[in-house]
This record gives sequence, C-alpha cells and structure tokens, in this order.
Amino acid sequence: MRFLRAFLSRPVALTGLVLFAAIVAVALAAPLLFARGPFAIVGMPLLPPGAPGLLAGSDVLGRDMAVGLAYGARISLLVGIASTLGAVGIGVLLGAVAGYYGGLVDDLLMRVTEFFQIIPSFVLLMVLVAFLQPSLASTVIGIALISWPQVARVVRGEFLALRAREFVQAAKTLGLSDARIIFAEILPNALPPILVVSSMMVGSAILTESALSFLGLGDPNLLSWGSMIGGSRSAMWVAWWTTVLPGLCIMVTVLALAFIGDGLNDALNPRGRR
Amino acid sequence: MNRLHYIAMRLVKTALVTIAVVVLSFFLIRLAPGDAATVMAGQSGYADEAFVKSLRAEYGLDRPLPVQLWKYLGAVAQGDLGTSYARRMPVLEVILQRLPNTLLLDAFALVVAIAGGVWLGGLAARRPGSAGDAAVTVLSMLFYAVPQFWLGMMAVLLFAVWLAWLPPFGIETMGADYTGLARVADVASHMILPGMTLALYYLAGYARLTRTAMIEVAGQDFVKTARAKGIREGQVRRRHILRNALIPLITYAGLQASTLVGGSVLVENVFSWPGIGTLAYEAVTARDNPLLLGIFIVTAILISLFNLVTDIAYSLADPRVELA
Repeated sequence: MRFLRAFLSRPVALTGLVLFAAIVAVALAAPLLFARGPFAIVGMPLLPPGAPGLLAGSDVLGRDMAVGLAYGARISLLVGIASTLGAVGIGVLLGAVAGYYGGLVDDLLMRVTEFFQIIPSFVLLMVLVAFLQPSLASTVIGIALISWPQVARVVRGEFLALRAREFVQAAKTLGLSDARIIFAEILPNALPPILVVSSMMVGSAILTESALSFLGLGDPNLLSWGSMIGGSRSAMWVAWWTTVLPGLCIMVTVLALAFIGDGLNDALNPRGRR
Repeated sequence: MNRLHYIAMRLVKTALVTIAVVVLSFFLIRLAPGDAATVMAGQSGYADEAFVKSLRAEYGLDRPLPVQLWKYLGAVAQGDLGTSYARRMPVLEVILQRLPNTLLLDAFALVVAIAGGVWLGGLAARRPGSAGDAAVTVLSMLFYAVPQFWLGMMAVLLFAVWLAWLPPFGIETMGADYTGLARVADVASHMILPGMTLALYYLAGYARLTRTAMIEVAGQDFVKTARAKGIREGQVRRRHILRNALIPLITYAGLQASTLVGGSVLVENVFSWPGIGTLAYEAVTARDNPLLLGIFIVTAILISLFNLVTDIAYSLADPRVELA
C-alpha cells in the first residue's frame, strides 16, 4: 500500500499510467469501433487529416489512418508484453541460478549469454524472423530470444552481490532450501532492478517490433505502426501525416511505459527519492 | 592475475567464442527451407534444373552438411569467408569495404552518447526532484522512446528538407570528388544526421543510468564520511560518487555494443549510409548466406574485443573487481 501511494503520488508515473490505460482501451475497442478493419479502402489516397470522415487522413492506398493507428496499438501491446514475459521468465531463472551457485553452472550460462551478446541481436532477429516466415508468433519468439540475456545479466549481478550478504548467510544457517533462499530471500531484494529492466523492455520490444515491420519483416497480414511508416516512406515528402502520426503513437506508448518504469523505480527504491 | 596474462586468456577465449559463433550461425542459416541455389537461379531468370544443380556444385551445396561446415571452418581459419552469392565477390572484401563507414558512424555516436549522457545524468542527480532533474529525465525518456528509424526520418524532414542545412542521405556528395580537408568536411556533414540519430537513443540510456547510479551512491555512508572530512563538493561528486557510479555504466556500454550494430541497420537504411548495417539488410533479403555468416563473424569478433576493453575498464574503475 505504501508502495502504491508512493507510485501514484508521482505525477510522471500517474501520467504514464493514464496514457497507458488509454492506449489499452483504444487497442481493446478497435474491433468494436471500426468493424471494417484496417485494410478497408475508404476514399482517395493521401487525404489530409480533417478531410470529411477522416480524423487522421488517409494513407497511400486510401485507407483510414485512424483505423490503422487503432489496430496498430493491438500489435504493439501484444508483442511488447508477450515477448517481455518470455524474456523475463528465461532471464530471471537463468540469471538467478548462475548468480547464486556460481562455478560451472555460472560459467556455462554466462557463455550462452555471451554468445547472444556478441552476435548483433537485431541482425540475428532479422534472420530468425525472415527464415521462420514473418508472423506475429515469430516476432514474439524472436524478440524474447534476443532479449533475455539482458535480464539474465542484471539478475546474475544482483544475486552475485546479494548472496554474500548477512541475511542470506542467516537463511543458510537456518537450513532453508536453495530454492527458498533464491526465490523468497534474494529475489525480492533483487526485484527493483528487475522491474525497472522489465518495464523498459516492454517499451524496447515495441520499438523492436516497429523496426522489424518498418523493414518489411513483420506479419504481412497485420497492419502495425512500423509497417505503416515503412509503407509510406515514398509519400513522406508530400503527406507528412502518413509517417509522423504512427511514429508519434509508438513514441507516446513507449514513453508511457518509461514513465511507469520510472515511477516503479522511485517507489521501489526509497533511497533514490529523498 | 596479471593483466597481460588476463588479456592473452581473453583473446584465446574470443577465438573460441568466435568458432562457436561460426558453427551456430552456420546451422541457424541452414535451418531455412530451400537453399541459396534456388534463390540465385530465381534471380538469374531461368530456374532450369541442370543450372540449379551446377550452381549447387559450384558453391559446394550438394555435399553433406558436416563436410560443408568443416570446409567452411578451414577456410575461415585462413581468412577466407567465401564468396557472396548476390555480388559474386569475396565476402571479406565486401565487408572490409563497408566496415570503416560503420565504425566511423558508431564511434561518433558512442562518444556523443557517453559524454552527453554522463553530463546530463550528473546534472539531474545533483538535485533529485528539482525542475532541472525532471527536465533531464523527461528529455532522456523522450530520446529513449523515439523509434530510431522514425527519428531519422523526422531529422531528414526538418534539417535536410525544410531547413536544408544538412545533406539528407549518403556518406559524401556524389560526383563532387573532394580531396583532403574538403572531403573530411563533406563526410562530417553527412555524418551529423545519422550519427546524432544513432547517438540520442544511447545518450538517453546513459543519462538515466548515470542519474540512478549517482543518486544511489550519493546516499551511501562513505559519501557522508567524505563530506564530513571536509572534502570539497566537486571532489566528492567526481572522485567518490561518479567513480562508483561508473561501474553500471561500463556494463551498459558492453551490453550495448551489439545493439549499436542493430541500430546501425535501421539508421543506415534510413540515410542510405553504405555500412555493415545496410549490407546486413541486403544480405537477409537476398538470402546471401555466405555474406550473412561473414557479417556475424566479423561483428562478433569486434564486439568481443569491445567487451574485453570494457572489462579492463571495469577493473580500472573498481579495483575491488578482480580480472579472472
């Protein structure tokens, strides 16, 4: 409760939460509001925002930009949240085991994370998605697979630092099981950095998805903010709204998540507030 | 452990990791359905069965996979990365042509990002909760939240099209044939937009991290002790707080090396910068497997070396950390 009050008392965090809730609402309501779907052609191409019936104008093919933007929110949120859950799951488990036990387990896991770290992850992602055939599933799996080492490193570092602390030694002396020490004693103390990394990761997964679909490597059957920008590159000079509006949507969404992450950081870490 | 000994060990490790990268990416690339011979035949216009067969024989694709891997490893060990399918040129030659352009862009971006980020983060950490702190925090979040490719497009719209201050794309003015200083100035003017586009994202990260780390360290007892001893505030901030706050920053720099290459793919794509990033994109879309493998290997070696440097920097910043 004190944490919740601390979180909500910060205007930045509150702003982030309200923005994020609004985006979630639009994403959920999109099929109800615009039953025709984002691919329906509604008029002449490249009509400016404010043209009759077109709040955000039309794109290069004469599709309603507003509908595209609403449907795009669904893709961004889905990919961002699903791939982060995957990455945090793998990263926390492997990082905790490596940091707590050290030795051979640590060595092995660190070699694996190092492999992921020295290979350019976005290029690896492009290859994975291109070869698995671009789809929503391959995008989520790909992003989770390239993101987890980041979580693992942070978790391992925290565990490495915390395992030598008195409360862990006390828990060991009391005869608690390793699993209990890892998940009930150390993990709660390592949570603040994990939460901050996760909240940043949802945002960066959304950015990564937009980059993939911008390059034409997203699901071809779905309209996402990135593919809207990629598809209007040639129209950018004459119809600014075709590239500016989807980009703003991405930015506001990632910004809302960053605000939430920042609020979490400060609420969870009273030392940083003062 | 002795530092030289440590570096030698790490170089051996880098070589081993590189071999692992070669083997794993070799198999990863073969996972895809179909092979490059069909792609090449498709590009050349006639996909006659005999022609596809002759292509397979020419590139050794008709031999068993382990044999192909063994031959490939042997060739790589001698510095031969094979022949690009799409360009009909040695892979190493293609990569070395493009690599300096990317290194130039990335080095510029990294320097701007670290210098700017540490400065802004330190500024914000001085008075947590003040208006200045809020401004730096919001600004750094904004840079972090902007899609890099989109920021690049907006920068082109603003600075190249509307204001016409800077060239919109490429690495130098086509057909101008500048030499000496004029050429340096020309390349520099082309580098500003893509370089800043690339830098701002990382700058945001460094600013956030510096702020968090400095506030964290500033609350610790040894800082109070330092102040109580009467050490001047500037000294406390630089020698006591910043130095301890540097440690997560160094980790971050090591972690970001591979994403810098990824960022280059997008930014180079937007600005038609002839570097490794555009090359990687072309290789993926053309299914140019030897070129893709070559890019993985070369970038993996470079990132390993960069990580070695950050590890050494880590031990210099924090003498408690032992190199092992």
